[in-house]
Order: sequence, then C-alpha cells, then structure tokens
Amino acid sequence: MQAHDEIEPDDLRNGGSRRDVVGGYGDEIGHDEAGPLVRPYVIAQGREHADTVRLDMISVVIAAKRVEVDEMELEPEQLRILELCRRPQSVAEVSAHLDIPVAVVKVLLSDLLNRGLALARAPYQAKSPVSRDVLQAVLDGIHRL
Amino acid sequence: MASTDSDPDTEAPVPSALKILVAGGFGAGKTTLVGAVSEIAPLSTEEVMTEASYGIDDLSGVEAKTTTTVALDFGRITINESLVLYLFGTPGQERFWFMWEELSEGALGAVVIADTRRLETCFAAVDFFERRGVPFVVAVNCFEGAHEYASDEVREALSLSPEIPVILCDARERESAKQVLSTLVNRVAERVTA
Repeated sequence: MQAHDEIEPDDLRNGGSRRDVVGGYGDEIGHDEAGPLVRPYVIAQGREHADTVRLDMISVVIAAKRVEVDEMELEPEQLRILELCRRPQSVAEVSAHLDIPVAVVKVLLSDLLNRGLALARAPYQAKSPVSRDVLQAVLDGIHRL
Repeated sequence: MASTDSDPDTEAPVPSALKILVAGGFGAGKTTLVGAVSEIAPLSTEEVMTEASYGIDDLSGVEAKTTTTVALDFGRITINESLVLYLFGTPGQERFWFMWEELSEGALGAVVIADTRRLETCFAAVDFFERRGVPFVVAVNCFEGAHEYASDEVREALSLSPEIPVILCDARERESAKQVLSTLVNRVAERVTA
C-alpha cells in the first residue's frame, strides 16, 4: 500500500479540532444526552481523500483474519466496521448499517486496509467489456429469485 | 469479541460486485422495484457530496463549493459465491447529476422507470444514460389507471431509439421486476456481442 499512510493516526493535520482520544468532544460541549454530535469528518480525522485507497461504493470489504487488532489505535467506528465485515459487505452496506456517510466510511476503511486489518475487492468494472459468462451468471441469478 | 477459532475462514473468497442503477422521478417506483427483487430490505445510505457551485466564474481561482446530502436506496442480489449484484435507486432530480456521474461509473446498466403520470420526470435520466453510453431499458410502471399508455407512445414521447427496450411493468411484483432486469442484462449482452 501507499507508504505515506504510515503516519501516526493522530497526526496534526486536523490541528484545529479539539477532539479527545475516544472520538468525542469530551465535556467542553456539555450535551451528553444528545447522542452522536461528532461531525462525520471529525471521525475521519479531517483527512482528505488524497491519502485514501480508491474505494467504490460497491467495493466489497472483509475483515482480515488472525491479525492483531490494537483497539487503542483505531476509531470506535473502525472497530464496528471490522465487526460488521466479518462477513463480506460493500462500502454502501457498511455505510447503511452503521449510519455513517459513504465518504467517511471510505476514509475509515482505507485506513484499515493500509493497516492490513481488512481486505477489499474492487467492483467488477463494466468498462472492460463484461464477459458473457458473467452476464449469463447474472441472468441465471435473476431467474432464480 | 473475535474468537479466532470458531470464526468461519474470513479470508475466504471475497465476492466481486456489479451494480445496476434504477433511475426515475420522485415517486416513480425506484425503491419499490429494488425491494421487489432484493434479498435484503432496501437499505438507505447517505452520501455527502461536494459540488462546485454554479454561476461562479474562474477568474479568482477560488473554488466555491457546496455540500449536499443525498439519500440512496439500494438492494442486493447474490448471484453466486463470487458475484453480488447491487441495485441502486438513484435520486431522480436533475440537480443530482453529479451523483449519477459517480454512480454510473462501472455500472452494468440502468433501468429508467417511467411514471406515465409525469413522463417528463425521466427525461434527465434518459438523456444522461444516452450521453454516457450506459446501456438502459425503460420500464413503464403501470400504476392503476395508467394503462392507457402503450409502450410505443412512451417510446415516442421520450424519443427513444428503436433498439432501446421499453417494458410495461408493475414495480411491486417480483416477477415483473425480474423481467425488467433480465431485459436489461440481455440488452447489455447484445452490446457486448455487437
């Protein structure tokens, strides 16, 4: 993967954000009853798309097996993603199930991919002509419904 | 939480995914059609999109952007252990064109649902897929009392070229929705051969 992703997770590019360790704003904004007030892009640590692996809405993701997960290094949302992705899920499904916008899921996931904690399969690209076998399989699948 | 011993082998083959778009005006029956064939209840995801604002000239070099949140409904059909098909209901309004751009990338094809009560609501979708060369079919959702339209009339009203299939359907019915999808896949296959 890209070498420039080997940065500390808490790098300072999001310098202005006073986010605490567990991903919230802590007590300085005292709305503890109000639920998830953290903006999605805070979860994503203000990262730009530049350092993300290219993921599609229908890239299928699965959690890597038998790797040590250092939970302290990950966002709580990333742990939820890993839990969910013990069975293959598309980015869109992860987004829907965890109620996190797709763009944010992509950032969180690409970090997991760079850490080797998850694997992703790129979607079948219809640009390269789809093979007859695939089309036939799709037709058969539809007929079986 | 993860007991490594009892887990199924998580690194078993990861399926590859294909997508078909289901476009049409608001209330035309996109989510209904997706739900009729999906093996899961249609899910909804919110995409936060950034778009360049209109009406700003380039002189300053400053990019003016606005963000829009767009809800997308989708369903899934498992084709086999190595292939999953996703159906995305795409926001019908013309102002979401920027979203179609991303969604249509790599799409197998599209179904445009025509609502005969408001045929003009699918003009934008037809136009978009035609220009992008995305194979599509037009499914005329036959709401009660809307049967007076024949597929030919719809074809004419939308100025569709003769090779584009127009199918009458009932988006609520699985068999009918299956027929729509099969017609689309056959259309894609024709183009592969051609």
